Amino acid sequence: MSGTFVGMPAFPKAARDAVRNPTLRGNLRHATHTIRAKRARAVAELDDWSALREAGRRIKDHTLRHLDRYLLQLEESVTAAGGTVHWAADADDANRIVTQLVKETGESEVVKVKSMATQEIGLNEALLEAGIRAYETDLAELIVQLGKDRPSHILVPAIHRNRGEIRDIFRAEMGEWGRPAPEGLTDTPAELAEAARLHLREKFLRAKVGISGANFMVAETGTLVVVESEGNGRMCLTLPETLISVVGIEKVVPAWRDLEVFLQTLPRSSTAERMNPYTSTWTGTTDDDGPRTFHLVLLDNGRTDTLADQVGRQALRCIRCSACLNVCPVYERAGGHAYGSVYPGPIGAILSPQLRGTAGEIDASLPYASSLCGACYEVCPVAIDIPEVLVHLRERVVEGGPAVRQGNKVMLKPAKGHAAERAAMRAARWAFTHPGALRTGQRLASRTRRLHPRTLPGPGKAWSGTRDLPPLPAEPFRDWWQRTRGGKGDAK
Amino acid sequence: MSSRDRVLGRVGRALADVTPDERPYEEAVGRDYLREHGHRTTEQTVELLAENLADYRAIVHRSDAEEMPYLVMRLLAAHGSREVLVPPGLPPEWMSAADPVRIHDRAVSTPQRLDQVDSVVTGCAVAIAETGTIVLDGSPDQGRRRISLIPDHHICVVRVPDQVVSSVPQALERLDPARPLTWISGPSATSDIELDRVEGVHGPRKLEVILLG
Ligand code: SF4
Repeated sequence: MSGTFVGMPAFPKAARDAVRNPTLRGNLRHATHTIRAKRARAVAELDDWSALREAGRRIKDHTLRHLDRYLLQLEESVTAAGGTVHWAADADDANRIVTQLVKETGESEVVKVKSMATQEIGLNEALLEAGIRAYETDLAELIVQLGKDRPSHILVPAIHRNRGEIRDIFRAEMGEWGRPAPEGLTDTPAELAEAARLHLREKFLRAKVGISGANFMVAETGTLVVVESEGNGRMCLTLPETLISVVGIEKVVPAWRDLEVFLQTLPRSSTAERMNPYTSTWTGTTDDDGPRTFHLVLLDNGRTDTLADQVGRQALRCIRCSACLNVCPVYERAGGHAYGSVYPGPIGAILSPQLRGTAGEIDASLPYASSLCGACYEVCPVAIDIPEVLVHLRERVVEGGPAVRQGNKVMLKPAKGHAAERAAMRAARWAFTHPGALRTGQRLASRTRRLHPRTLPGPGKAWSGTRDLPPLPAEPFRDWWQRTRGGKGDAK
Repeated sequence: MSSRDRVLGRVGRALADVTPDERPYEEAVGRDYLREHGHRTTEQTVELLAENLADYRAIVHRSDAEEMPYLVMRLLAAHGSREVLVPPGLPPEWMSAADPVRIHDRAVSTPQRLDQVDSVVTGCAVAIAETGTIVLDGSPDQGRRRISLIPDHHICVVRVPDQVVSSVPQALERLDPARPLTWISGPSATSDIELDRVEGVHGPRKLEVILLG
């Protein structure tokens, strides 16, 4: 994956630092709890939610199981609509293609709409090496870019920054990149947003090249879909003369009609809105409206390796709504940076080690960055069984076994005695020695206990095949003790 | 080997467990979800649209053919608009009473030029009641995507009840994927700063919807 996170300490160390940062914890707690409560209300509005979730799961599963067919169909329909399709086996491939395409336009600046795929491959850094400046235009991404920082949440990447910090970053850095912050800028959100509007508008209006990702690609019609709130997506997608979209191969869906499922489940799971303020769809190029040249770069970069794993492939269903982050007791305390990847939280804990392999210390520790409480599975709009994959990956870290890396079958060695296992064990210990994280995990587990499987997922299946799992108590012991004994002596 | 062959080869090998006789798309997907949530009369659907639009901080007005020109005039005056963008196929009678100078989006108009325009008036392709969403599809009464994006003030006209549907599935049915579509739910907004909602980061800060019936 990208070089952005090279040199990151393994999860436990990074998490320990995060837990000691009270601002970060306060911001995270506020954010995750607010979105969590709103999401529950937005979901409750639709009485067919479970049917929508099931349809989403099935559409994605079906597509993944016939991915070659749908990718070829997509290629054909995008080409027929006037676009050009490129294929990238890995990050270097993709960066080379995009750099070349930008160079052909003769431009040295591009505007970007937030895209996890381009973060994953480290596109901005690659472009910079070729003398091309990439401007992030999502407000949060702008904050992160100006602050020379990394995103910490899928949906609200600058969630770890408060308004005072944002004002300071704007004052100090905007002038370096373009229009400086207005004189006397205060820290009210309205003023900060206005400063960003002025700073970025100057760039949008002169931009000749836009770079985006996409939330969905429709094989049948060749349509790409971008879901957003601010309008920076619309700016990047419509004003430039050339548009380059870099999209993971797992984002394809078969039919136009499939969008009716995801355009209902994504906004409600993500920002907890009935619908996000803006959704753009485009099919190739249109005469007189929008870019005259459209390139689609289809990105593998570990996705086919993930696809080869029959338990782990479900991670590719992810529509990046971030609901699992907001309910995760471990994420809430550790923060997004601790995961050492553009994909934080529960989904990151299963996606990153699959995309990158479990050889690195951080990747080996990620499957342990969880209390397995199951809350992530419960909120996931495409029903990814994250706990099942976590357990599966833990087994891989500790026991080794067959896997696919860069398209080749490999036999992973057990991690015993290796740095990876030590890191993994430290992560497990971290999760279980942080009373706060564990307590929340247990409470959630109690509350959701009706949803828990009666059998163990993954490698535990054989063991639990003949045994029932012990039912979870209605209340964790700690809580019962606190309630009945007045909590005396219980350290907070 | 080209990257294309490499990626497709890897996909093929990764799916070795998938048998050729797997269930086809129609069977595998199944659609047990609803086409529409709840039962409403046409009148109630329009009412719900108005409610949900307002909930997302769009300003909702109702009008009829006779009142329409005066309403448009008043809204533009209240915004202090001197120039208004008009798509090529907008019914001229809607603008018949308006004072501001009409600007047309020509091929030579630069984005910088359009940035100086105060307001834009467009029609729409369809409006979704359950989500409070308006969809533009670039038809002549809506113009190119950029005109409803750059100005700070967007007045959008929905013909009721013809252009109103209940739900997202009903909307997709009516739309043509070959056209570039813009779905709009309320004005541009961000919650990136401590989750406080702020309207109008990059798109129009003010969205006014006229339900014309
Ligand atoms: S795993 Fe599920 S809940 Fe988490 S981001 Fe992906 S789709 Fe959303």
